[in-house]
Amino acid sequence: MDSSADTARLSPKNAPDGAQVLAITGNLDATGVAALWDQATNAAARSRGGLTVDASGVSGCDGAGMALLLEMRRLAEAGGASFRLDGLQERFAALYDQFSPADIVPSDAGVRKPSLPVEVGRKAYGLLDDIVSLVAFVGEFSLAVVKALGNPRRVRWKDALAVAETAGANAVPIIVLIGFLMGLIMSFQSAMPLRQFGAEIFVANLLGLSLLRELGPLVTAIILAGRSGSAFAAEIGTMTVNEEISALVTMGLDPVRFLVVTRVLAAMAMTPLLTMFFNIAGLIGGALVMLSLGYPLVSFINQVHMSVTLGDMLGGLFKSAAFGLLVCAIGCQRGLRTRGGASAVGNATTSAVVSGIILIAVCDGVFAVVFYVLGW
Amino acid sequence: MTDAMTDAIIEVKNLTVGYGEKIILQRVSFSVRRGEVFVILGGSGCGKSTLLKSMIGLTPPMAGGVRINGRNIVTARGRERKNILRSFGVMYQSGALFGSMSLLENITLPLEEYTRLPRAAREAVARMKLKLVGLSGSELKIPSELSGGMQKRAAIARAMALDPGILFLDEPQAGLDPVTSAGLDELILTLSKKLGITFVIVTHELPSIYAVADRVIMLDGRTRGIIAEGAPAELRDHSDNPWVRQFFNREAEHTA
Repeated sequence: MDSSADTARLSPKNAPDGAQVLAITGNLDATGVAALWDQATNAAARSRGGLTVDASGVSGCDGAGMALLLEMRRLAEAGGASFRLDGLQERFAALYDQFSPADIVPSDAGVRKPSLPVEVGRKAYGLLDDIVSLVAFVGEFSLAVVKALGNPRRVRWKDALAVAETAGANAVPIIVLIGFLMGLIMSFQSAMPLRQFGAEIFVANLLGLSLLRELGPLVTAIILAGRSGSAFAAEIGTMTVNEEISALVTMGLDPVRFLVVTRVLAAMAMTPLLTMFFNIAGLIGGALVMLSLGYPLVSFINQVHMSVTLGDMLGGLFKSAAFGLLVCAIGCQRGLRTRGGASAVGNATTSAVVSGIILIAVCDGVFAVVFYVLGW
Repeated sequence: MTDAMTDAIIEVKNLTVGYGEKIILQRVSFSVRRGEVFVILGGSGCGKSTLLKSMIGLTPPMAGGVRINGRNIVTARGRERKNILRSFGVMYQSGALFGSMSLLENITLPLEEYTRLPRAAREAVARMKLKLVGLSGSELKIPSELSGGMQKRAAIARAMALDPGILFLDEPQAGLDPVTSAGLDELILTLSKKLGITFVIVTHELPSIYAVADRVIMLDGRTRGIIAEGAPAELRDHSDNPWVRQFFNREAEHTA
C-alpha cells in the first residue's frame, strides 16, 4: 500500500556452515513478487542443506508476498531441506503464522482428463438421455395440447397473443426483406443462363414453384428458429435457472401447459402467414427482374398462375406450420431442460437453434417423400 | 489508536442519488475511518444498496462526491478510476461468482488481469485467500456446487484477491442460517483485526450488527437522509428518535 516503498530484491549469501541464506528486502507486493518469483522459487527448490530466508529488510508484505514465502518454504521442505524465516516484522509474521505450506499445494489430482472410452460412453449416454427426455416432452406436450383443445377456455390466449405479436408480427420486416432479396437474386441468376435459349419467361415457373413449395416454408422456419426458437429457449431457460418454473410446479400449474402450449400454438398459427409474406415478397422481387428484362407484368403473373397450383401453395403452408411447431417446441424443451447458471442458458439457446434447423431439414425430407408418394 | 488510524479512508460529501426523477437520498455526508467496520442500515427500500452502488462507482450520483483514499471516484476517468477500483473489493448480494469458472479461477481472474504474477504464484495466492475464508479443498468446485454460505465466503475471498484495503459487503448475511451467519461475522472481525481491512457493510441483521459494527449510519426513506449515526448499542439505548430505538429493539411500528 505504501507507494513510496522500495523495489523488492533478492540477494543470496553463503553462510559459513554451507547452508544457504537468502536475504529478501523491499516491498513484497504483487509487482515486487512478480519480479522475484521465478528466481526465489528456483533458489528454494535447489537448496539442499537448508534454507534460511532473512526477511528483516522486508518493508511491506501483502498476500502475494505471503504466497512467495510459503511457496519457498514448501519447495525447500519438499526437497528435504529445513527452512527458517528470520526477521519478519511482527505485523506480517502474525499473518504468516496463519498458513502452512500444505495450504497452497497444487492439487492436480482432481482434474485428470477422461480417457477416450469414458468420453465416448458419456457422450452416448448424454445423447440417449436427450432422446428419452425429448420423447417424454412430446408426450407431455401432446397431452397438454389435447387438454387445451378439450377446454379452450383454459388456454391463456392473452399470452398467446403476445407471443404471436413478438414471434409473428414483429418478424414481418425481416421476412419480407429476405423474401424480396431471394426472389430478386434467384430470378436474376437464373434469367442469365435461360436467356441463351431465349427462355427467360420460364424464370416465373422456376421462382413460383421453388418459392411456394420449398424455399418459402424452409427459409421462414429457419428465420423463426433464429428469432423465436432461441428467444423461447433463453426465456424459459432463465426462468428455470431463477426457479420460476419450480414456482409454477409448486402452484400446481403445469409449465408445459402454461408456457409451452401458448407459445407453440401462437407460433404455429403465425408461421404460415409469415410464409405467405415471404412468398409474395419473393414473387415481387422476381417480377421486378422480369420487368427490367422487358416482359410486361401481366405475362409474368400469367406464367406463375399457369405453373403453380393451389395444392402447391397449401402443401407449402402446411409444411411451414409443421416447421413452426417443431422449431418452437424444441426451443421450449431446451429451455425447460436448462440446468445451472448463465452458461447453461447460452448452451440451451445454441442447442435450440441447432436442433431446430436439423429438425426442419429432416422434416422437409420426410415431406418430400410423402408428397411424392401421394402424387402431389 | 494513533492519528494515522483514525483518518477518513472514505468521505461521502453531499451525495444525492436517485433514478430518473425520483430522488432516493439527498445531500448525504459521512466518512468511514481507516480500519473500522462501518455498517449502513435502514428499512427496506430506503436506498442502502443505492448508496453502496454509488460509493463503488456503479451508479453515478446526481450531485456530490465520494472520495476513496482522497481520490474522487465520481469524477475519476481512465487509469485513475482503475486505480481507485483496485483499492477496494466488493461482495455482491448473491455472490456474483462466475458460474462457468472454478473457485480458483474466480479468484485468480483479477490477479491475472492486474498483476504480472506467474501462474503458480496466482494459484498460491488464491489458495491462501480460500484458506482465510475457510474453504480450503473446495478450490476446484464450481459455484453451483456450493451452498449459499460457502458462495458468500468465496465471494469475499474473490473480493480480497488483490489485497484491497476496503471491502464492501452487500447484505452478507441475507439468507444464511444463524450458525453460518455467526461464522461470517467472525470472519469479518478476524480480517478487520489481522489485516486491518476497512469494512463497509450493508445489512439489517441485528445480531451481526451488534457483533461486528464499530459504527453505523441509519438511512431513512422518508427524510431521504441519515437519521442516526453512532455505535449500535448507543443508538439502541439512547437514541432520541423512537423509530431508531424500535429498529434496534426489533419492535413493530404501531402508529401507521
